[in-house]
Amino acid sequence: MDWQAFALTLKLASLTTAILLCLAVPLAAWLVLGRSRWRAVAEAVTGLPLVLPPTVLGFYLLVLLGPLTGFGRALTSLLGHPLAFSFGGLVVGSVIYSFPFAVQPIVAGFTSVDGSLIDAARLLGAGKLRLLRTILIPLAGRSLLTAAILSFLHTMGEFGVVLMLGGDIPGATRTLSLVLFNQVEGFDYANANRTALMLLIFCVALLTVVYARPKSLAAGARHG
Amino acid sequence: MVEVDLKARRGGFQFEVACKFAAPWTVVFGPSGAGKSTLLRLIAGLELPEAGRICIHGQYMTDTEIRLRIPPGRRMTGLVAQQPALFPHLSVIENVAYGLAGRVDLGRQTKQQRIDAVLELVGASHLADRSPKRLSGGEAQRVALARALAPRPRLLMLDEPLSALDAGSRDQILTSLQGWLAGENIQTILVTHDAADALATEAEVALIAEGKLTALGPASEVLAIERERLLARLNCGQTRPARPVRKSKAK
Repeated sequence: MDWQAFALTLKLASLTTAILLCLAVPLAAWLVLGRSRWRAVAEAVTGLPLVLPPTVLGFYLLVLLGPLTGFGRALTSLLGHPLAFSFGGLVVGSVIYSFPFAVQPIVAGFTSVDGSLIDAARLLGAGKLRLLRTILIPLAGRSLLTAAILSFLHTMGEFGVVLMLGGDIPGATRTLSLVLFNQVEGFDYANANRTALMLLIFCVALLTVVYARPKSLAAGARHG
Repeated sequence: MVEVDLKARRGGFQFEVACKFAAPWTVVFGPSGAGKSTLLRLIAGLELPEAGRICIHGQYMTDTEIRLRIPPGRRMTGLVAQQPALFPHLSVIENVAYGLAGRVDLGRQTKQQRIDAVLELVGASHLADRSPKRLSGGEAQRVALARALAPRPRLLMLDEPLSALDAGSRDQILTSLQGWLAGENIQTILVTHDAADALATEAEVALIAEGKLTALGPASEVLAIERERLLARLNCGQTRPARPVRKSKAK
């Protein structure tokens, strides 16, 4: 078992999940409460990683963050090193790739909140931020948990983007899924089995949390 | 005074209402689906008209020509609908306090006094610490009314807000509410499809049918036909021959 890769994978998944929640909650609120004509475009762009091959996304990110583009060169001069083939680049790629897994459950959760409650809060003077803080988040708490777990697990298991954008640098960009790939390629099936089993158990355990429907959070979604 | 001149397309009919609600207590009367609730939602700012303007106490809230749209929370209006829409994760007292949370001009003590006063007015003081999930339909409607009253709106709109209460309790609340609203100088628009409710209040009545305002004036004039119909029904009931009483077998 490659514990260094395991720790790096956990670090990547945790950081990606935290960033995703910070971005996805306000975006989901805008999609649900907003009246902008750009909502449909935003939803389409958000859902793009669901249908795009990870290698395509990884390739474009590699080009964008590398020395071939002005943006990549500016970023490199700002950070002092290229973002591609670094842990930072991996985080950027993971955030983009797992974006729909965070946004869509939260949008579904916010949409399920009774419109009459939102109307009541607006009439009582709640602006969008207060509406989000006092009504949407408390009543759609379960969807936030679902989004966090799905984003975490999706990041843990991603392969294409990690390989394209991060390469395979031990301690910096080598995650468990890359370790598994290397073990299978080297016909080390015993260790590959351990790595795969580890990922499998981790995923089943966390998904059980999603489907177990904790009462304290599920209760919030039912109102009337 | 509330002035409206609105055009909106809703549910298969064209909604077109232009009038002034000047009386302290106006009853909007009409059959189900006539556009009564739409009128209140447009005034509250929860819906947008295709064209028109809304002016509440001299201040324009909506004017489609200049793309003016004051958000619902800044119109100082209260709307209580048939569905109480209490926040299920907050207690009754937290629900009532919700509209006062952003009021920096009021001290904590004043806010508490207001909450206590409105809960007492609707007879819900004993429910203060309860969760909305443990309230009956009538209790929930009382709390929803208290929540709308706590911020002291300039205009209160009631869309059949006490339908879950029995007639006695409803009359009792409406009577005390009318006095309280008059004291606080809060203009009220009450929606009903029950002619008896409209006639009982002695208020100005606006008659709406198929999205159009067909009459506006004193209840006795506007609802004269409805009044005759109700009286005819009452007389008919009184003159109906009494059914023969069957003798009970068990003695």
